[in-house]
Amino acid sequence: MFLADASVKEIFEVKPRIHKIILNQPEAAKIAEPGQFINIRVSETHYPLLRRPFSICDAEGETITLLFNLLGEGTRMLAHLKPGDSVNIMGPLGKGFKPVKGIKNQIFIAGGMGAAPFPLLARRTEGKISTFIGGKSSREIIELDLPNREIATEDGSAGFKGNVIELLEEKISGKPPEDVMIYGCGPTGMLRALKTFCEKHNFVCQVSTECAMACGFGICQGCPTVSATEPGGYKLVCKDGPVFDIKEIVL
Amino acid sequence: MIPDLTVVTGKLKLKNPILLASGTAGYGSEISQFIDLNKIGGIVTKSISLNPRAGNPPPRIAETPSGMLNAIGLANVGLEKFISEKLPYLEQYDTAVICNIAASSVEEYVICTERLSSEKRVDAFEINISCPNVKEGGLIFGNDLDKVREVTERVRGATTKPVFIKLSPNVPNIADFAKAAVDAGADGVSAINTFVGAAIDINTRKPKLANVTGGLSGPAIRPLAIAKVLEIKRKHPEIEIIGIGGISNWKDAVEFMIAGASAVQLGTVNFVEPDSGERILEGLEQYCAEKKIERIRELTGSFIIIPPKAGQVNYPDQSGPPPKRGQAGEL
Repeated sequence: MFLADASVKEIFEVKPRIHKIILNQPEAAKIAEPGQFINIRVSETHYPLLRRPFSICDAEGETITLLFNLLGEGTRMLAHLKPGDSVNIMGPLGKGFKPVKGIKNQIFIAGGMGAAPFPLLARRTEGKISTFIGGKSSREIIELDLPNREIATEDGSAGFKGNVIELLEEKISGKPPEDVMIYGCGPTGMLRALKTFCEKHNFVCQVSTECAMACGFGICQGCPTVSATEPGGYKLVCKDGPVFDIKEIVL
Repeated sequence: MIPDLTVVTGKLKLKNPILLASGTAGYGSEISQFIDLNKIGGIVTKSISLNPRAGNPPPRIAETPSGMLNAIGLANVGLEKFISEKLPYLEQYDTAVICNIAASSVEEYVICTERLSSEKRVDAFEINISCPNVKEGGLIFGNDLDKVREVTERVRGATTKPVFIKLSPNVPNIADFAKAAVDAGADGVSAINTFVGAAIDINTRKPKLANVTGGLSGPAIRPLAIAKVLEIKRKHPEIEIIGIGGISNWKDAVEFMIAGASAVQLGTVNFVEPDSGERILEGLEQYCAEKKIERIRELTGSFIIIPPKAGQVNYPDQSGPPPKRGQAGEL
């Protein structure tokens, strides 16, 4: 983990408001793990003051790819970067996904922007991967060329009509738990339903969570998530996560 | 000329005036990935209380223009775990360790101070009576002159090591609080803790912090903090002050020292640029060299304030009328 300047190699819109930025930073690319994140200084002034955390989407050779949604001032500034520009990055930060070997069914579940960490996870995962991608409508579906995709949209504008957990129920609920490993990332509502689903079928699941952060490396204590294992306690999304065993946290 | 950056505040000697503020540097182990702790004057620990505290429910932070609100709620590992698990990490560094203590009773302040005082690695204490986010351990002490006297006297009696009282800016007369602390035996004061602030989400109409209010920090509060430090120093020039509030570069640190601080603490900037301490030190050294300041401590309280005479305008350079229109001036 370190602080460094990275130069923008490419930046483009993949869907309306969704941007992909490819940064040249060989050292960070070398050590990046799926599910970890990068904290970017979007402005050299005091506004916005805090860095912005983004899940590592992919890392290959000398580059790190991030995906971001144009939401506020910080992402707007980021979207204005051009190839050759330099940004200060901190990372890779946090604990990522731990791909488990020897599992017959490696299941990726993504909701909306939650597709972000899966391209790198796909590179690092052995065995057959099935990807389930959900969103309210086809506009929210981000596919990123992930392996063996199935789509669920609540309005039925693409793929299965219903939410992605209902699709999961249909497709994998009958499989023996020891043959299944689930990796999830998406909105809290989806993760909550995923937790119930996993409890019901006794599936092991790792989920990537999200929280507003100040520092991103454990000193500010600003990003707690409620611990399911220690009563009254919290875990820090930035340092203990962002990826947790779904049993460890209350969603 | 290599300027002398050492400073002495109260009985505390520091190799330079740069400290990392409580709650923005943890117990050192995370931030040391980015900054060489040997280079800075010292680290003020995250507030330690007798028992562990889990902290407030989320959300705990909200960004604001050039600043941030926090309502962490003094989340910390507790006294015993601090001593057994956190303090040993700091053994390897040649830098001052200032233990920040938060408590919900006078007795708890005393127990923590006494226990930590016997630890060799602890060089000084900063007593947090000003956390805006918890009732006990914060506002009930920091806003009451008698309580400040009582806490200071009792803590003073519990240790021979330097004691600094961290003051709340949320009072109308901070100089009186500083005086009360020093009269009761403190070596000096840390000024200031965060300002009470709040922010509301206009879509949900809910406060952005679960605690409703939080402490405002960052560059946004620097002028407010400078005013508080000046207020103390002008009223009580003898009081030792550690300046805190929105410092993000060496110029800000110099400004605090001129206003009256003997040393300064870096806070919110650590979240954004955790290596800033080293760069600020380089800037301070260069500033002193350029201004031919042999000892940086000469800066402390060196402000020049000339009260204007009745009917006369005070020009910033004090040397005469301002330059005429169209004429190059230095202003």
